[in-house]
Amino acid sequence: MKYLDSLREFMRPDRVFDVVYRPESAHVDIAQRDILYIEDLTVSFDGFRAINNLNLYIEAGELRCLIGPNGAGKTTLLDILTGKTKPDSGSAWFGRNIDLLRLKEPEIANLGIGRKFQKPTVFENHTVLVNLELAMFGGESVWSTWRGRISGEQNDRIGGVLEQIGLAEQRDVLAGSLSHGQKQWLEIGMLLMQSPILLLVDEPVAGMTHQEMDRTAELLRSLAGEHTVVVVEHDMEFVRSIADRVTVLHQGSVLAEGSMEAVQNNPEVVEVYLGE
Amino acid sequence: MTSLLRGDRGGWILFALVILLMVYIPIGNLALSADHPLYVSTYTVTLLGKYLCFALLALSLDLVWGYLGILSLGHGAFFALGGYAMGMYLMRQIGDRGVYGNPELPDFMVFLNWDALPWYWYGFDQFWFAMLMVVLVPGVLAFVFGALAFRSRVTGVYLSIMTQALTYALMLAFFRNEMGFGGNNGLTDFKDILGFDIQADSTRIGLFLASGFALLAGYLACRSIVTSRLGRVAVAVRDGEDRVRFLGYSVTKVKLAIFTFSAVLAGIAGALYVPQVGIINPGEFTPVKSIELVVWVALGGRATLYGAVLGAVTVNYLKTEFTGLMPEAWLFALGALFVLVTLFFPRGLAGFRLPWKSAK
Ligand SMILES: Nc1ncnc2c1ncn2[C@@H]1O[C@H](COP(=O)(O)OP(=O)(O)O)[C@@H](O)[C@H]1O
Ligand SMILES: [Mg+2]
Repeated sequence: MKYLDSLREFMRPDRVFDVVYRPESAHVDIAQRDILYIEDLTVSFDGFRAINNLNLYIEAGELRCLIGPNGAGKTTLLDILTGKTKPDSGSAWFGRNIDLLRLKEPEIANLGIGRKFQKPTVFENHTVLVNLELAMFGGESVWSTWRGRISGEQNDRIGGVLEQIGLAEQRDVLAGSLSHGQKQWLEIGMLLMQSPILLLVDEPVAGMTHQEMDRTAELLRSLAGEHTVVVVEHDMEFVRSIADRVTVLHQGSVLAEGSMEAVQNNPEVVEVYLGE
Repeated sequence: MTSLLRGDRGGWILFALVILLMVYIPIGNLALSADHPLYVSTYTVTLLGKYLCFALLALSLDLVWGYLGILSLGHGAFFALGGYAMGMYLMRQIGDRGVYGNPELPDFMVFLNWDALPWYWYGFDQFWFAMLMVVLVPGVLAFVFGALAFRSRVTGVYLSIMTQALTYALMLAFFRNEMGFGGNNGLTDFKDILGFDIQADSTRIGLFLASGFALLAGYLACRSIVTSRLGRVAVAVRDGEDRVRFLGYSVTKVKLAIFTFSAVLAGIAGALYVPQVGIINPGEFTPVKSIELVVWVALGGRATLYGAVLGAVTVNYLKTEFTGLMPEAWLFALGALFVLVTLFFPRGLAGFRLPWKSAK
């Protein structure tokens, strides 16, 4: 297996010659302040512009909330950033050196962009622990999934994430018997196991109780700094409780940006929200 | 071995019972005289040997159905192919003792006026080669079939129908005389295996023991898969393969590896079955056989491994009893049993708890 691996390493098409080797697939360069540069992005579905000339910059380590009425294009934007949808024009760079629009979904995931979907999808017949384990070893070959064991160090990492998402006591509970909110946290935990640099979180508190919302707010706040976190959310109260900066999307472009207070007092935003 | 059976109470019981039988049966059959109350007839030895082969076959299906979520309705095909590979070896062992006394050609080829052995029969006079084919033929077929089906992401009912079509197509092919596998009659009239008379009591015991070993080894191999991370990935594939893909695992490769391994197990079961029953014919490929197999596993309880063994032995025991009484009613009885168990014990016999023990 060792020889096979070194052979595989040797045969890697992007490594055969140093000229062909693209350093951009290795590490994101965030020497500058910003980690995400989105410029003049446009995408239309059957002539309808879901994203319309959108410009957005996200700073490394910040917690940014994207809000906006239904159909504003928030989910579509995340689809583009994760390689699910290809835009018609514009650019999206991760750091200064990685052109996201040229990459496929798994490549983007491996670069360290993790995404939580609106609907929680955990493995219900596995325990919380196993869910995290499977997320940790994602991308492993069939052989090593069969032979591999968890090392003490890896166990500690899982333990750390369990603490972080507040499910340490539910470690050996089947994921299927968790509450809706706990499932959402578990899914965030599964994201964390993949050590993402940037987390894209779509509507994390939909269907949560107030208590669960508070815990989620705490969790997301604790992730910012070490990770960059982009949260798409409807719930204004929740957004107010977590956001450094808020970006309001409307009809596929940015309507306003700033602190929650500034945004709330922006007459255009008030019109869009109250006019609904 | 003990670490593989950790926490598997059903597995421990299975091991204890099979090992007990493997000690008692040879003594009961070979050392005791026929009028001794503990004497075991050769008929019983062969019957139990057959059950062990069916148990191994059921195990192979439980691995792909219970753990990976692939409902194969054609697993009988891999069993039959393993059986044919063994049958071809046994045919070549007959030599010139056939009805026509031809040292090279099996009787049915002489009957068809063939004058030479077809190329695909070469090598089957060697035991090691035949054993290699027992593993390779079902394995390669499963690999190629799986590669085509899993890569194009065929799942669910469509995949089940494809497996059913596979065994049906093989059945039609093997029924044809020109195929060179004995057509309708299949391969039979075996004389000896590795030089031992296939009818002799001691040979029967040897085959019974081999089947017992194969079942236990197969059980441990399956446990080594289901208790590993590969097994947990398999269950995750069963419950939501898109999510597994999103985590970065290759769902196609996981399915392919387990499906191929399962086909090899089924082939080995077939190879052990044929010398004990003394015949292999295209009837083993009929879709009904594969569906019966699914019923064994469903009755025994999916995704437990020992449940599959329990189901296979229970159903086949009932079948032996029932066909003695009224053969024409067997399929109805099996159907009724299936409906009853699915209604009242959806998790099969393995999920059955005594009422006073059910509060766990
Ligand atoms: N794949 C698609 N095909 C056609 N229309 C789409 C597609 N994805 C999104 N849309 C449309 O784009 C608009 C923006 O949707 P979305 O990004 O989901 O909004 P939200 O801000 O509520 O998440 C909606 O009008 C939606 O109907
Ligand atoms: Mg949305």
